[in-house]
Amino acid sequence: MSTETTPWREYFGSRENQSQAAQLGMWIFLGSEVLLFANLFVGYAVYRYYYPEVFVEASHHLAAGWATVQTLLLVTSSLCVVLAVHFIRSGRAFWMGVALLVAMGLGLGFLVIKGWEYWKHWEEGALPGEYYRLAELPERGGSLFFTLYFLLTGLHAVHMLVGLSVLGWLVWGALVGRYTAEYHVPVEVGGLYWHLVDVFWLFIYPLLYLVE
Amino acid sequence: MNPSTAGSLAEPDYLNHETTVRSWLLTRDHKRIGVMFLVLVLFALLLGGVFAMLLRIELLTPGPTIMGPMTYNRVFTLHGVTMVWLFMIPAIPSAFGNFVLPLMLGAKEVAFPRLNLASVYIYAAGAALTLFGMVWSGADTGWTFYTPYSTTSPTAVTPILLGVFIIGFSTIITGLNFITTTHTLRAPGMHWSRIPLFVWAIYGTSVIQVVATPVLAMVLVLVALERVAGVGIFDPSRGGDPVLFQHMFWFYSHPAVYIMVLPAMGVITEVVCAFSRKNIFGYRMIAASTFGIAFVGFFSWGHHMFVSGQSTFGSGIFGVLSMLVAIFTAIKIFNWVATMYGGAIDLKVPLLYVLGFIFLLTFGGMTGVAVATTSLDVHWHDTYFIVAHFHYIMVGSVLMAFLAALHYWWPKMFGRLFPERWAFVAACTIIFGFIVTFLPQFLLGNMGMPRRYYQYPSEMQWLNVLSTAGASLLAFGFGLIGIYLLWSLRYGKESPANPWGSRGYEWFSASPPGPHNFREPPRFEREVHDYTVSEAPHVY
Repeated sequence: MSTETTPWREYFGSRENQSQAAQLGMWIFLGSEVLLFANLFVGYAVYRYYYPEVFVEASHHLAAGWATVQTLLLVTSSLCVVLAVHFIRSGRAFWMGVALLVAMGLGLGFLVIKGWEYWKHWEEGALPGEYYRLAELPERGGSLFFTLYFLLTGLHAVHMLVGLSVLGWLVWGALVGRYTAEYHVPVEVGGLYWHLVDVFWLFIYPLLYLVE
Repeated sequence: MNPSTAGSLAEPDYLNHETTVRSWLLTRDHKRIGVMFLVLVLFALLLGGVFAMLLRIELLTPGPTIMGPMTYNRVFTLHGVTMVWLFMIPAIPSAFGNFVLPLMLGAKEVAFPRLNLASVYIYAAGAALTLFGMVWSGADTGWTFYTPYSTTSPTAVTPILLGVFIIGFSTIITGLNFITTTHTLRAPGMHWSRIPLFVWAIYGTSVIQVVATPVLAMVLVLVALERVAGVGIFDPSRGGDPVLFQHMFWFYSHPAVYIMVLPAMGVITEVVCAFSRKNIFGYRMIAASTFGIAFVGFFSWGHHMFVSGQSTFGSGIFGVLSMLVAIFTAIKIFNWVATMYGGAIDLKVPLLYVLGFIFLLTFGGMTGVAVATTSLDVHWHDTYFIVAHFHYIMVGSVLMAFLAALHYWWPKMFGRLFPERWAFVAACTIIFGFIVTFLPQFLLGNMGMPRRYYQYPSEMQWLNVLSTAGASLLAFGFGLIGIYLLWSLRYGKESPANPWGSRGYEWFSASPPGPHNFREPPRFEREVHDYTVSEAPHVY
């Protein structure tokens, strides 16, 4: 029997089972993502221990105010994703699409601010490794801080881009009527991914911008 | 041959129901994906084996023999990279895990078939990039890519790092798929205490793969960035810390040893049961010890760093934690032996490899306890003793179990029998060759020959010659296996559905299985290797 026309795969035995499999798979993937970031957090801890003053000084070169705005944008977008899941559970595909579009808009806003920040760092010379030109901070420690800053926020931004494509794909699915109150596994799973991106930021933000 | 078997032979199987190239390249069938992985990892084994042979020939004489020192550095690096990343890590889980795990669970598919197909291509892409680096200029860092040398070496380290990084994704996807499959696709009646022990082993391995691999992925990216942009995370001249690399690298790469060894242990358990005609002794303990090894494996990475300036207290802790692995391993070994004890032993080729496995694992494991002792490790660190130890443990167990699995499941995979006598000769050659290759290396290490060295004092020559002689035997054995297995694909006798009379669940399907594994959902109403029932296994 061809399974191309129906989203339900017969070999799962039941629809609940397929839904559970998708969620379990995503949770395992998210677990591995946490460990991917964990490296950089460990690196941050080690070098903060080696160069405590330089790290504090370097963090003053970051735009904490704008980071707060970014945090608000991202948390709100996560709320929109929750709403999207809520809407599709009750079969309102249109509103699901709207909620996701708002979430995407907020996410794009986040990335625009991030891009602007990067541009500022570029002008200032607050860059990793060989490109470091910041005169007021020693290269030892200073360059490491900005290396970790760019790695953490850059890796996060890459995840945001992936997340935005996932949300875009879900919106397209909503437009063609793929999701119903009965079948909305991808929306739930895609939503989980977006929340993970959000949670990463909630660790990065205090670590880089707020800790004194 | 019972009637149900005869009926199944006429029906299309997974090999012949579609035969176009496209149907293979775009397949979502876990069995075909398993076969594709098998072909790829065998190619990697061949490549790594050729490099190994070149090394052994070079070391025949104390001075230069067939290559210069720089070429030698590249060859041992490529041997290590190919064998560890391209062969040993994916070999058993990706090839045999993909093929038999769903069959053992009574599932028609893995949970995410498309991802499963993607994992083949991701592996192939990573392997291609690694090979590109090898052809371009190779690398001379050793397979461990230790910083700061790896960040400054003029050789093509970057493509190799990225290739291994990409292969890591394949590993994560495969692990994720197996965990989900085990949770959600078990046949009715397959409760947790009835899951075949090979599946338990693959499940435990998958947990390690998912947890450890991202750490490796990131650390490889950091080294690559350091090479490209000079970011200075690990380079002490830029304020970084090379020991941090070692911590992160071994946090993955020590558990990676268990990514290699645990599936091997799973294979051994299945084969021991099948050829002793007994269910496993201590099912729960074997399953539990799998997770014991997986767990403790994460807390023993520091034993690679006894001479890195780590505190004596830290080294002591890591030493003790490493020794705990021996306890869990011993549980398994005793249980295998207890299974064989009083069993109706049928010494077929797969069981021969099991005996080789048990010897090598025990010997390698005991030397493992020795090198986990800090005072001894300081003497043996980075000598041939270590080379011999990890070849006994990792290579010995993976190769033995891989060959056991290859012979045990060959009729299941291709529906053909291999010539038993030739296989027996090859197995004896390989086991004997392995011991002759690596036993002298323990002695060389104890005499102080450092690993990765191009030259050595002439009094060490006879041991090196002995080792090379053993390697030649190994090469001969592999050549023999390659010839008769290829021969059997075409000319081998057609296999009955269950040529070994095994009671393993995977033999409930036809050999080779149909495209959807089972015609009707199987019912596993007895324990997995229950030889008290006289039934011929059903072919659903």
